[in-house]
Amino acid sequence: MAIKKFAVAAYDDEEVLFKAVSKVRKSGFKLHDVYTPFPVHGLDVALGLKETDLHIAGFIYALCGTSTAVGFISWIYTADWSINYGGKPHFALPAWIPVTFELTVLFAAVGMVLTFCYLNQIMPGVKKHVFHPRQSDDLFVLVLDINNSAAEAEAVQFLKSTHAIETSVQMAEEGWWYGSWDKKEQYELLNA
Amino acid sequence: MTDNFVVPARLRNTSLMLIGAGLLAVIGGYITLVSNAHSSDYDKTRFWAVLLHNAVFFTFITGVSIFIQSATSLAQGAWIVAFRRVPEAIGANVWIFGTIALLITCTIVFTFRDSHGNNPIYPWVTPGTDKILLGKASFLNTGMFVGFSVVTVALWSFFGLRFRAMSIAQESAPVNDTKIYWKMFRLSGLFLIVYGLSQMSTTPWFWVMSIQPHWYSTLFSWYSFASAFVSGMSMILLWVVYLKNQGNLELVNKEHMHDLGKFMFAFSIFWTYLWFAQYMLIWYANIPDETIYFKLRQQGPYSVIFYANFIINFIMPILILMARPSKRNYFTVTFMAMVIIFGHWLDYFQMIMPGPLKSHWHIGFFEMGIFMGFIGLLIFTVSNTLSKASLIANNNILVKESTVVIS
Repeated sequence: MAIKKFAVAAYDDEEVLFKAVSKVRKSGFKLHDVYTPFPVHGLDVALGLKETDLHIAGFIYALCGTSTAVGFISWIYTADWSINYGGKPHFALPAWIPVTFELTVLFAAVGMVLTFCYLNQIMPGVKKHVFHPRQSDDLFVLVLDINNSAAEAEAVQFLKSTHAIETSVQMAEEGWWYGSWDKKEQYELLNA
Repeated sequence: MTDNFVVPARLRNTSLMLIGAGLLAVIGGYITLVSNAHSSDYDKTRFWAVLLHNAVFFTFITGVSIFIQSATSLAQGAWIVAFRRVPEAIGANVWIFGTIALLITCTIVFTFRDSHGNNPIYPWVTPGTDKILLGKASFLNTGMFVGFSVVTVALWSFFGLRFRAMSIAQESAPVNDTKIYWKMFRLSGLFLIVYGLSQMSTTPWFWVMSIQPHWYSTLFSWYSFASAFVSGMSMILLWVVYLKNQGNLELVNKEHMHDLGKFMFAFSIFWTYLWFAQYMLIWYANIPDETIYFKLRQQGPYSVIFYANFIINFIMPILILMARPSKRNYFTVTFMAMVIIFGHWLDYFQMIMPGPLKSHWHIGFFEMGIFMGFIGLLIFTVSNTLSKASLIANNNILVKESTVVIS
């Protein structure tokens, strides 16, 4: 990941935010992300995000769970340690279905949670730059990627024209890194 | 906004042709299977069992429409309001199928006997010296059978007609008047109790499970309800797609289709859950009294239908309907709705036939003819009812909310 320059705007109203998003998409500025304190209906459509492939990953995890369960149980009961339980055949598929089902759900659920964390870059012990302290409180924060100093003043001017209540320019790490909140961020150390 | 549905001549002719095929099957079946001098007891039983199978199946899947109306009224679900006239129209015709089922079951109970004087479809009618049947006689007797059946059909017919009448009365009520809405809300709660005591318990016991009265399963009614529910939902979806193709129901969009598709998918899984729960406990306990039921079906002459039932009603829906785009595609949902209705028709077939017919089952011209006849009757009556009122309930207080659903 790399340290980049960002132009940040904060809005106090959803309506204004939606107008700003559509303006940004028309203007040619590169939109980095939008941070909101709660899920905003229709914002994903306004941002033009494509639908997530998380559920396809979930399907694959589920298939892994099914095959792990059936494979492992059938290996135990037919090859490794075949004991006769209640006169049932060694390959007693109906008896295994509940366990197979549980393992399918478990693999799908855990796998999807981890994939979700990876896609959103959230994890215990992992840090990400916060552009505005009130982005998880009461403000909608829109971030432009302006890794080109010539556009800096222009970008701030543009953001002001979209009725932002606050604007700023920040140098920040764009991705995630191992760290904790009491330590300074890497670029802060560089500048110091 | 008015949205009047005029029954197209093509639909009317098709439905009349299907009814004609059904009548032909009844007459032909009666001549070859019942009144024929060479016909065996199995032939006669086949005639009545097939009529029973179709009458019960169609009563149950149309009754589901009343249940869906009351469940969504109680949950204050707005998503269904855009096409609520469809379940209303189906529910308002339950009395026809219920009456047919009542006539057929009562005819079987009171008049049908084989050459030994026993009733081959409902053996408990003529228990003889059978200790198990005599032990159950205080519940399983003709008085209880007829009493429960008549009350059930009467109540279903009343609620089906009442819900539609109230929904139409809302149209002439003042705008945003909630009086009828809350009345419907209370009646829905009442109907759920009725439905719980009929479809979810006693009706399948009497009409279906008592065909093999020595055997019983405590979740049989849930299982047959799940079967009826998913096919009832599929039938509503078929009507919505048809009306949409005719240019009606302009409020219905992809989100509503997606919701119906989700119901078809989810309740196919629910059906499998109950199917498997019933199967696995009996398989595991391995008690001869109970395994006799699956001995006939899984390893006996019905094994083809047993496995086809599982593949059509579980494997196909889970693989085809799982992905989001397939639930939003008119072709896939229509195709799957037809597959599911046929699959659950087969499911009811394997619930009803093994008891009386043993290995002498057929799926031939007679069975398909009766099936077609009932489909024709359904299309004819429901399309007639649909054409009687505007397909959009303009004055329903949830109609605006219904059009803005976002999944």
